[in-house]
Amino acid sequence: MASKPRIKLPKKASAGEVITIKTLISHEMESGQRKDKDGNAIPRQIINKFTCAFEGATVFECDLDPAISANPFFEFTAKVNESGTFKFTWVDDDGSVYEAEQAIEVA
Amino acid sequence: AFGFSALPALADADATQKAIDEFAAGATPAEGRISLTAPEIAENGNTVPISVEVESAMSGDDLCESVMILADGNPNPDVCTFRFSELSGAATATTRMRLAKTQNVIALARMKDGTVYMDRKEVKVTIGGCGG
Repeated sequence: MASKPRIKLPKKASAGEVITIKTLISHEMESGQRKDKDGNAIPRQIINKFTCAFEGATVFECDLDPAISANPFFEFTAKVNESGTFKFTWVDDDGSVYEAEQAIEVA
Repeated sequence: AFGFSALPALADADATQKAIDEFAAGATPAEGRISLTAPEIAENGNTVPISVEVESAMSGDDLCESVMILADGNPNPDVCTFRFSELSGAATATTRMRLAKTQNVIALARMKDGTVYMDRKEVKVTIGGCGG
């Protein structure tokens, strides 16, 4: 249902810097409002939760409702104090979990 | 993606107010501190960029805990809820949303001290985006 997520964040930052992170994941985000050509409701299937954590500590989260566009995009910030790895998690209505990681070097 | 259904039921003012009341948890939403950026005119309601920014030090007691986005003319007013932490560094976020028709987008921020701030923007929609 979803493809490999795309993450954009700087490779390096200075301690205490607030960096910008952009994420995009391919997903239909079927709203549950649509009907097929025979008039039957197409069941809802969306990503309902997104989380960004740094070394196990939550940085940013979002609860998504069907009004979020297909291929959910987020841009947000993170304050980095030390080198480490960001972990990104998307949770699908069907229970699937999509994950991505990216490290940052902090001088 | 476009479907072929009849018009879906739209969120009524009551559902939007109920969502605001639940988020505010007894506080009265005030003006200021939160700013919502949305286009005046969205040609395609399937993907409308929106951004929020809340004035907050993001440390100690001066922390914006969460921001809820609502759309009062969609089949359901809920859009998303952002949750921030001290590690966020700033209470700002951007995403892309669906708008079924011309309507108000509402952003509410809840601070750690329980105060709630609100901003709203009307977005005129040329082509609706809820598959209706």
